[in-house]
Amino acid sequence: MESILVAENIVKQYASHRALDDVSVEVPKGSIFGLLGPNGAGKTSFIRIINQITGPDSGKIILDGEALAPKHVEMIGYLPEERGLYKKMEVGEQALYLAQLKGLSKSDAKAKLKVWFEKFEITPWWNKKVEELSKGMAQKVQFIVTVLHEPKLLILDEPFSGFDPINANLIQSEIMRLKEEGSTIILSTHNMGSVEEICEHIALINNAKKILSGPVKQIQQDFKEGIYEITFKGNMIGFTTALWTGCELISSSDVGEYKKATVKLLDNKSPNELLKAIISEVEVFGIQEVIPSMSDIFIKQVKANSKS
Amino acid sequence: MSKVSLIIQREYLVRVKKKSFLIMSLVGPILIAALMIVPAWLATREEDSQKVEVIDESGLFINKLKNTENIDFEHTFRSLTEAHEDLNNNGDYTAVLHIPKVIVTLPETAQLFYKDKPKGSSIRYMEGQIAKTIENKKLEDLYSLSLDQISGLRPRVKIVSNKLNDSGESEESADELATGVGLVLAMFIYFFIFLFGVQVMRGVIEEKTNRIVEVIISSVKPFQLMMGKIIGIALVALTQVALWIGLSSAIVGITKTVFSEKFDKVQTEQVQQLEEFNPALKENQQKQNSNPMDEVMFQLSLINFPVVIGCFVFFFIGGYLLYGSLFAAIGSAVDNETDTQQFMMPVTIPLIIGIVIAQVAMENPDGSVAFWASIIPFTSPIVMMVRVPFGVAEWEIALSMVLLIATFIGSTMMAGKIYRTGILMYGKKINFKEIGKWLFFKG
Repeated sequence: MESILVAENIVKQYASHRALDDVSVEVPKGSIFGLLGPNGAGKTSFIRIINQITGPDSGKIILDGEALAPKHVEMIGYLPEERGLYKKMEVGEQALYLAQLKGLSKSDAKAKLKVWFEKFEITPWWNKKVEELSKGMAQKVQFIVTVLHEPKLLILDEPFSGFDPINANLIQSEIMRLKEEGSTIILSTHNMGSVEEICEHIALINNAKKILSGPVKQIQQDFKEGIYEITFKGNMIGFTTALWTGCELISSSDVGEYKKATVKLLDNKSPNELLKAIISEVEVFGIQEVIPSMSDIFIKQVKANSKS
Repeated sequence: MSKVSLIIQREYLVRVKKKSFLIMSLVGPILIAALMIVPAWLATREEDSQKVEVIDESGLFINKLKNTENIDFEHTFRSLTEAHEDLNNNGDYTAVLHIPKVIVTLPETAQLFYKDKPKGSSIRYMEGQIAKTIENKKLEDLYSLSLDQISGLRPRVKIVSNKLNDSGESEESADELATGVGLVLAMFIYFFIFLFGVQVMRGVIEEKTNRIVEVIISSVKPFQLMMGKIIGIALVALTQVALWIGLSSAIVGITKTVFSEKFDKVQTEQVQQLEEFNPALKENQQKQNSNPMDEVMFQLSLINFPVVIGCFVFFFIGGYLLYGSLFAAIGSAVDNETDTQQFMMPVTIPLIIGIVIAQVAMENPDGSVAFWASIIPFTSPIVMMVRVPFGVAEWEIALSMVLLIATFIGSTMMAGKIYRTGILMYGKKINFKEIGKWLFFKG
């Protein structure tokens, strides 16, 4: 698969600490890419390097087949985590200004803004000052300004923070639409729910190092631990005694007239063997493999990495 | 349009559209005009015509006290009591001047009685007239000199100051007026550097606290943003200056035509009063030319205005750029305006030293303190302005300019490095050591 962004062996050193240590990341074209990591891991440093706000001490960045250069800023749309607008400036005037800074002509920017303002139903705000807007409103304006120049690469740092669920959905569907239209989106977020929902690839950064990367589905497969959830009717004691040494009961609960148990299979045993063992004791209504959530993987990986 | 010019445009328009700019632009010229017009206007209002009854017991002063436009002397031979009564009943006279017999030996014994106090200058005029009459009388008595001979005795001295230029030619130099012009221009530079330097700092802090800065520097280089802001605000400053000069001369001009007669009269009167305080001035004025305005014009003609104005514009812009970049660096290093105090100190102290030395330079424009302060870039924009109207050697001005340019290029680059790191730094207590480290971070 073709990559829009390739970062190779990026190192960024600040006076006393290393923000990025030999980080390599590849972002496939036309995908939504999750950049994950705990606070202070180095995500923002990495994003700032892509945006040419700072430069790396060593390593190289290739954007759309070319070494990163000043002209590329117009190809990138960036919504920083710490974002804001000039409070005393009018919304429309400000949007025009920011769009022109990204290289759009004034008339072009005006036409495009009109379309977006109508889509987001904020046309009446054009002449309002930013300080009169609520936080959510300002965020909408900010999102529009980020995507207005139709960037090939969109970098969104916590794009959903500050939005109510309705507007968060609106933004999410816009992100999906932009992806359909061919943009690549790098999403930096702590919201693991949205990562599972919309990201196809991720990279996990912890303590300045990349500790995990790849397609989300693949990672989830890789982190499966042979855990199954079984729904049954019958005696819980019977169920437990039926489990042989090759499995381990992790949890159990009553759900109405059914009982649920999660069981971990040891020694590469197959679910069929489990079924065989319990089927004589209880009445099985369902069995399902438990896929680890990104949140679990995240926590597990970060903890393991921090210990070592 | 290039990105820097977009930034300049925004910085400029945002400030020029502000109400406070409009108010400043209107109030400033009104204040300046008021400073020029009000004293004149007040003087016309307080025109004080005195009809003075002179009771001259010595008999020496008959026809010796000269009337002026406002003061009429009239000799009567009434008793003092009669005159007092008359004054009390609001009679013909506004004041009674009593000159006793012993006036020649005891000149402090003359007395003036009045109900409404005459102007101080009117009283001093009377004193002058009496003194002159006594002096003439004594000279006449002791040396039997005629009045003509006596007036011939009074030497009219004026020192014409001449400055030798580098080629050894002497030029008449403008002294009193040069001092005034230089100091006013220097003060102007001082205030504007402060006023607009702080605006640069506020602008940077605003962008930082609004958190818009990261959005912008993903489109432009931090250095471009900083320079755009500094230049934009410089244009605001120049607009303000132009408006002030234009509007205040318009106001003064209009007032002058409307009240033209009064105004001219008052001006001559003011000069006359000045002369009474300072007899020497009067003497040389009389000798040089009859109209005091001509003397002012003559002094003005001695100042090399193209050079003065050229220098003013240069040092104004140069000084502003030098300090503006430092103010921008301060703004980038802090999270809010209250934290700026400790960093402001090293920037404001040279400015204040500059204005202090300016006052020394006013007295002694070619002294070594004035010389060095007008060469060293941090004080030169202020101190050089004081010296320029007196005439300064070309090489000195050139050296000062070159150093100023070199320093502001250096300071802008340094400020750019601090700025680049500072604007993205939040919630950290910053000290000078920390800022020092930023200078060496790689871009």
